Amino acid sequence: MKLTGSKILLESLVLEGVDTIFGYPGGTVINIYDDLMGSSIKHVLTRHEQAAVHAADGYARATGKVGVAIATSGPGATNTITGIATAYMDSIPLVVITGQVPTALIGNDAFQEADLIGITRPITKHNYLVRDVNELARIIKQAFYIARTGRPGPVVIDLPKDVQIATAKFEYPDTVELRGYKPTFSGNVRMVEKAVKMMLTAKKPVLYVGGGATLADAHNELMELAETLQAPVTTTLMGMACFPTRHPLSLGMLGMHGTYYANMAVTNSDLLIALGARFDDRVTGKISTFAPHAKIIHVDVDPTSIKKNVRVDLPIVGDLRDVLKKMNKKLAEHRDETTQAGETLKPWHMEIAGWRKEQPMTYKSSKTEIKPQFVIEKLRELASDDAIITTEVGQHQMWTAQFFDFTQPRTFLSSGGLGTMGYGLPAALGAQAAFPERQVIDISGDGSFQMNSQELATLVQYRLPVKIVILNNNFLGMVRQWQQLFFDKRYSQTCMELPIDFIKLAEAYGANGLRASRPDEVEEVIRQALAMPGPVIMEFKVSREENVVPMVPAGAGLNEMVLRTA
Amino acid sequence: MRHTISVLVENEFGVLTRVAGLFSGRGFNIESLSVAPTLDATISRMTIVTSGDDRILEQINKQLNKLIDTIKVIDFTGEDFIEREMALIKVTAEEATRAEILRICDIFRGKVVDITPKCYTVEVTGSPVKVNAIIDLLRPMGIKELVRSGPVVLGRGPKGWKGN
Repeated sequence: MKLTGSKILLESLVLEGVDTIFGYPGGTVINIYDDLMGSSIKHVLTRHEQAAVHAADGYARATGKVGVAIATSGPGATNTITGIATAYMDSIPLVVITGQVPTALIGNDAFQEADLIGITRPITKHNYLVRDVNELARIIKQAFYIARTGRPGPVVIDLPKDVQIATAKFEYPDTVELRGYKPTFSGNVRMVEKAVKMMLTAKKPVLYVGGGATLADAHNELMELAETLQAPVTTTLMGMACFPTRHPLSLGMLGMHGTYYANMAVTNSDLLIALGARFDDRVTGKISTFAPHAKIIHVDVDPTSIKKNVRVDLPIVGDLRDVLKKMNKKLAEHRDETTQAGETLKPWHMEIAGWRKEQPMTYKSSKTEIKPQFVIEKLRELASDDAIITTEVGQHQMWTAQFFDFTQPRTFLSSGGLGTMGYGLPAALGAQAAFPERQVIDISGDGSFQMNSQELATLVQYRLPVKIVILNNNFLGMVRQWQQLFFDKRYSQTCMELPIDFIKLAEAYGANGLRASRPDEVEEVIRQALAMPGPVIMEFKVSREENVVPMVPAGAGLNEMVLRTA
Repeated sequence: MRHTISVLVENEFGVLTRVAGLFSGRGFNIESLSVAPTLDATISRMTIVTSGDDRILEQINKQLNKLIDTIKVIDFTGEDFIEREMALIKVTAEEATRAEILRICDIFRGKVVDITPKCYTVEVTGSPVKVNAIIDLLRPMGIKELVRSGPVVLGRGPKGWKGN
């Protein structure tokens, strides 16, 4: 039986196991939306296409499945760009379907035409313009395969309107044939053996864990490796929640706003074991003083990440979970040596404990002003263990990373690579759509929140009970902090001078709003909000000029941290 | 340092942009690029001449391999290979210079492929160094127009890539 392109698309999505998609209709996807009415797929109508992609991204990060978003051609498609770039930088598996003008009009500057394949080429893992309905099923199969395998990433399918209307025999392929795409899954055993030897003789090892550990769902294997070796673990922002922050071996986050002890441990280590991390500039600081005494083992599924920014002594390309399993197996064969190695690490742990005591991760509390860090700590105390936390980008994001103790993987969703303000609310929307019963909390600042605040409407419409924390300092806080420290307090355009009544805003959308202006109100507001059934904004009037510390100034080494600011 | 790389890619819509965009987006240099289909019409072969240190070259190789449409990357750095470039040179041919142009052509095993009363078009093939040399010799006669194909390369010896 022959099906139309739009029916083939929806049938294929069902066969890929897609249950929820996020999108926004328009002229060139109207056929798909018509067929959606009879489909088993649930569609969430966001209020902006950017939010649809972030929501699919939040869904993907929380579940580990491929997120799907849909938008119309031209402006609908260009609105998806920030969402796609966000997913690309953090290696999140997405399939984004965009409408396109009919093939006969492509290149004619037709109404609502944009060259989306050209625009998205550098921010997708791959993209397709479908020019023949007979190729559609194969392309969808390939798109999902490419999105979720190897180093995951977003794939765009640009689907002209006439291809949606044309008919073809529908046969969904069982296998994928891509002669140019064969990601390495299995780590080289000889390299793993070499790595294990290096681990057993190291006196000051550090495990440096990135987002790859989450993507590979390697948290259990990571825990086994860390505990067997008794090696301290530091994570990047993206690796956060892959290793419990309260674990005795955890050093918290490293890098620009990392803990003093994590950065000191990396700087003084003799073996740095990088697991699914890519030595981002926010992590390394000045490259020439980064881990200067360490041999570096780098495990990554993407060969381009290896030796891109730093020299590597032992590269291992492969799926992190597979490599860690092999490492753990090898270590189990050397039980005596492992125990011995644990003993030799005692002085190293003493040294780290010294740094921890010298500069613990803390802040100056206040009885009169709400400290943003205090709100984060209270939230951790009152939220459930499996609560999914999303953030926007800025000071609140760093305070969340520093003070919210994560215990379970895939519970921290944040735009690390691109640093997208406006990510958190729609990402929370997507995560809540995937897990209606779990607590989902967006931690935001007053600046970031306003970048996608229209999604309050989506939350209310679909009864998605996302809780929103706004740490309101009436500033674009992170930029203000830089201006204070490096631009002589010249606060150019960082003061959000118009005070927004976020409570009224919430109410305008049919949501609830609660406000705390004094420290003694914080706990009650959080308790009340978490107990309410629908979406709630919690606005906290926080101390306005609080800074994120420690801080490694741009271009400085990890050992040159600014520990406190005036 | 100058490097020559061959890339076998899917002969598909937009593949040239993917390769060119990769170079420009990551700040890699392209000195020349030539592309045409292989014996297998579904595969195109690109020859790219680029420059950079070892670290950059390693990234270029890896990033090219990462493209979904890339089937194989052959880096000729340190390899023994044949490199050929073709040039068409339109040179002013006056009474006094015609014989000299033909002599130069002969030495370089070039051919005159178009003649008008005032102008010869010379076809020459060789390594880029050889092409440079004939251009230098013809320049004094007055070169009106010139086109170079950019080099294409094959490794020496019997080994081939699947006969393509």
